[in-house]
This record gives sequence, C-alpha cells and structure tokens, in this order.
Amino acid sequence: MRILCCVKRVPAPGARINVTEDGLAVDAAHLGFTTSPHEECAVEGAVELAERHGGDVTVLTLGSGDAGEQLRYAISVGATHGVLVDAGQDDWDPQRTAAALAEAISELETEAPFDLILFGNESADSGGFQVGIRVARALGRPMVQGIKGIEVSGDGTGEGSVTARREIDGGFEVYELPRPCVLGVKEGLNLPRYPTMKGRLASKKVEILERSSSAAAGGQQRVRLHRPEETVSETVILGHGPEAAPAVVDVLSELGVL
Amino acid sequence: MLLVIVDHDGDTLTEAGREALTFGRTLAERMGVELEAAAIGAAGSGVAEDAGRHGAATVHHATHELLTDYGPDAFGSVVAQMVADLEPDAVLASGTDRGNEFMAHAAARLDAPFVANCRDAVPGEPWSLTRVQWGGSLLEDCTLTAEVPLLTCGLHAVVATPGDEQEPEMEEFHAVLDPADVVTMVRDRVVMEAGVTLPTAPVVCGGGRGVGSADGFAPLEELAALLGGRVGCSRAVTNLGWRPHSDQVGQTGTRIAPEIYIASGISGAIQHWVGAMASKHILAINTDPEANMVVKADWAVIGDLHEVVPAIIAEVSARRAS
Repeated sequence: MRILCCVKRVPAPGARINVTEDGLAVDAAHLGFTTSPHEECAVEGAVELAERHGGDVTVLTLGSGDAGEQLRYAISVGATHGVLVDAGQDDWDPQRTAAALAEAISELETEAPFDLILFGNESADSGGFQVGIRVARALGRPMVQGIKGIEVSGDGTGEGSVTARREIDGGFEVYELPRPCVLGVKEGLNLPRYPTMKGRLASKKVEILERSSSAAAGGQQRVRLHRPEETVSETVILGHGPEAAPAVVDVLSELGVL
Repeated sequence: MLLVIVDHDGDTLTEAGREALTFGRTLAERMGVELEAAAIGAAGSGVAEDAGRHGAATVHHATHELLTDYGPDAFGSVVAQMVADLEPDAVLASGTDRGNEFMAHAAARLDAPFVANCRDAVPGEPWSLTRVQWGGSLLEDCTLTAEVPLLTCGLHAVVATPGDEQEPEMEEFHAVLDPADVVTMVRDRVVMEAGVTLPTAPVVCGGGRGVGSADGFAPLEELAALLGGRVGCSRAVTNLGWRPHSDQVGQTGTRIAPEIYIASGISGAIQHWVGAMASKHILAINTDPEANMVVKADWAVIGDLHEVVPAIIAEVSARRAS
C-alpha cells in the first residue's frame, strides 16, 4: 500500500497564546513546535496500515524550511519518505495551500496514484476545514472528513474499497469509498507511538525532497490575529480539602443539578 | 439574496440551524438583501415553519432520489447548483462538522474561496470577516474577495433568537445528481449509546493528569452517575491511555456545554479550555490555586481531588438520604 499523509507544523501552546506585534502570526518565541494533533494520528494510522498490508508512507508538508522537523518526526515513527513544499515564513491561504499540495501530489504520482491520502480534519492553528477537500477535488477522488476508524479491503493496493467510520453524537456513521481516495482524520483514530532510538537515527539520514510552488493566492487574506475578549470572573474559593464538600453540594443544589 | 443552508433533522431545525438564520438576519440586513433558507434532503413542513420563525421569507427544498442520507459531496454539489441557479449574493451555513464539510466541497467545485467559522461578517469590497482560530482561543480578522462569498458561522457565535415571523413558501429545488456524487454517502449508522452523551450532559465530571491513573477515575464515574452526568477528561489523559478518546474534552475532542463542569486535577491548557469554555458554570478542584482552570472557574476547591471528590459523593448521598 502506498499512503500519503499531509501534515502541518504548528506551535505547541500551553495555557495562553500570544500574537506577534504586527498581529499576523502566533508569537512562537517561547513555544515549541509540533505536528497538528489530528495529523499525528493520520501518520500513525498510515504507518499501521503499511505495517499490516506492506507498502510505505510518504509525508508531505507545506511550510517554512523548519517544517522538515515534523517530516523527520514522522519518519522516526515509521514513515519512509518526506517531501517539503517551501512556502517561506507566511501562512498560505487555503486555496493556495491546496493548489500547491495537489501539484506536489501529482508529481509524486507519476507512476501510480497513492492508494490512500490522509489529511487531518482541520489544522490546529488556522482551522480552515477545507484543504484536504480541495486537494481531493483537484485529484478527482472521493473524500470524507471526521474519520476515526479505517479499514481497507484486500491488501489495500489497487482497486478495492476503504471503509471509514465517522464519530457522531452517540454513535458513528460508516462510509465506503472506492480506492484511490482521501480521508480527513480526527484525533482518537489511534494512540500515536513514540519514536524509537533506531527510528530517530534513521530519520536523520533520510533525504527530504524539497520543492517550490508558484500557486496563486486565493480570496482570503489575513489582516490580524487577536485574542477574544475574556470575561474576567472572580473565582470563589469554596474551601480547602474535603471540608469544602458541603459548600460544593450547596452550589450543585442551587444550580438544580442535585 | 442571502441564502442560508439550514441544518435540520427532517422535522425541525437544529439549534445550529437556528443560529445560522439568526446570524444570517444581521448579515442580510447589512447587505440590504432578502434572507432565504435552503434545506437539503427530506424535510417536513416543520422545517419551513421553524425557518420562518427565524426570519426566512422562502425555503428552498432540495430533493433527489439519490439524496437518501447525508453525503458531503452530494450536499456540496447541491450548494454549488444553488449558487448557479438561485444566484444568491452570499451563502451561509452552520459551522458544524457537516456544514464546514459540504461548504468546502461546494467551494472546491466552484473554485471559490470559503471561510469557515465566522464570528462576524461585514459585506463590502472586500468583505471583512472575523473568524475562529485555535478552536476559539484566537480570532482572525481577514478580508474576503469573492464573487459569491461562502461562509459558515462558528457554533454559538450568536444565540439563536426568533425574528420577524414569516410564513415561508416551500419551493422545490430540483437538484441534478449522478451516482458519482453519492459515492461518499453514509452507508450505515451505528448507535453506541442511548441517553445522555458528553456534548449534551447537564453535568460533566472531568479529570486530568492529576487523577493519576485509569483506576483513579472511579470516584469521578461515581459522582457523574450520582448527578446524571458524564465523565470527561483532558488530552493528557487520553494520550496516557487512561480513558478512550471519546471522553476527551478539548479542541481535538468534544465541545461540552453543561450546566456545570466539575474539573478535577486539570491544569486548563488552551487545548482543553476551548472544549470546556461553553460550560455555563465551572467548578475546579486542584491542589494548585494558580492553575489556569482554577483562575477561570466560577468556584474552586483547593485540595487533593482524591480526598475532595469522595467527600462530595458522601455529602450528596447524605443529603439525598435525609
């Protein structure tokens, strides 16, 4: 099975997100970086499928040169190849991002299409909810979002189907897509593994394929980022330790949930 | 005309559908155009009446023999056809998983921009939008240049309120679909649980890393059961394998909106907070009085959850017995 995973490098925020002075980006000076959580699960899901059915996993990202770090991380947990579309330091709009990714994927598919392409449902930062869908449309492949379970028919290669489960409130929906196809997955698909020492060493040796794109900007343009107004509430301390229990139950009673 | 694609269950609008019409009323007024609604798939007269109560003058009803259930590509195709045939000045849908999905499909088909999860929209040349980033912990102001703006409004961006009551005409929209459009239609549905679920629970008892282990959740389970609620947890807990992901409250988990969220041993990282912030009230139980969750809570108990939670259970039981 040949599987492609598209990932995005995003800041790893803790309790608060700050914005740069020009308002155009998250101030990442004191933050680490990570792979968007849904996509970490996409990588794990792809690696598990390749382990079960044979084949390999290519990870593709669009971002600054630093995003190579996220490709190497994916390789350290089992992906085989890494491809980086250099977008410089700017965060590209969704149409431009999708056009550049579709172009890169077409070039990676000169021999045969990937049997399965995985995206995260939405990126942790900009959350545009559309890049994977646009890419699928450009490639002429079926695509479903919100997936938390994947099974492939046969050995996952060539013609056949992919059964995908989507969580809804109190249950799930089942979709069946013909291959090749595209899925947008959500965290909860699996529990991503940690890299092994061997994996880390291997990831350092893999050559990352770099390319550029001349995709045109789309219709959405960022003006500034800002934090929503916070309603500052005074926290009422009901007490310390178990002695606070009666006060807690008073509150529950007042709210009518007792 | 502003066209609002309304979320419905066949009989009435969903709360997200009513919110979209409420958001749409303000937007249509700003645009100086009529507000019309569109319902995709089997919908009864209750849907039209509900849409009328929320200000829609006309309800377009899209049906097709192949539209037997939800299908992202089929719904996207219908919206793209409505853009071509009804010639709206803009199209708005709810920022639900489905709304964002089919609007992105419509945008991809039309090769047009689409802006998800708007909190505010001001028409113009270009349009000025405010939208949700980082699950709601940041907002983005952006401009949109498009022939027909395609937007969704973020969940709870507005509170749904009735508008000038209309008696809308249900106008059939004859969608054109072929089998290729319904390849991605829902094939089967599996119901996992009946009754109260995490998104709808009136009480959520959440546990974080401070719970210490999978077994440590037993008292939280007991308290949740006593109060008719559900157990939730932080991302740290699901990553540690202590609870299933379906219990996770957060940006990449479930958004909860209970009457009260009792957050035990949870520091309150952004990832978790954006899933919990729609709670009407929050009670934090934490050993650290400076924890973000404590600072943001309405009430807090400073102490070890392993002592405090059993004491609350005992107190609830005692009061019920008396």
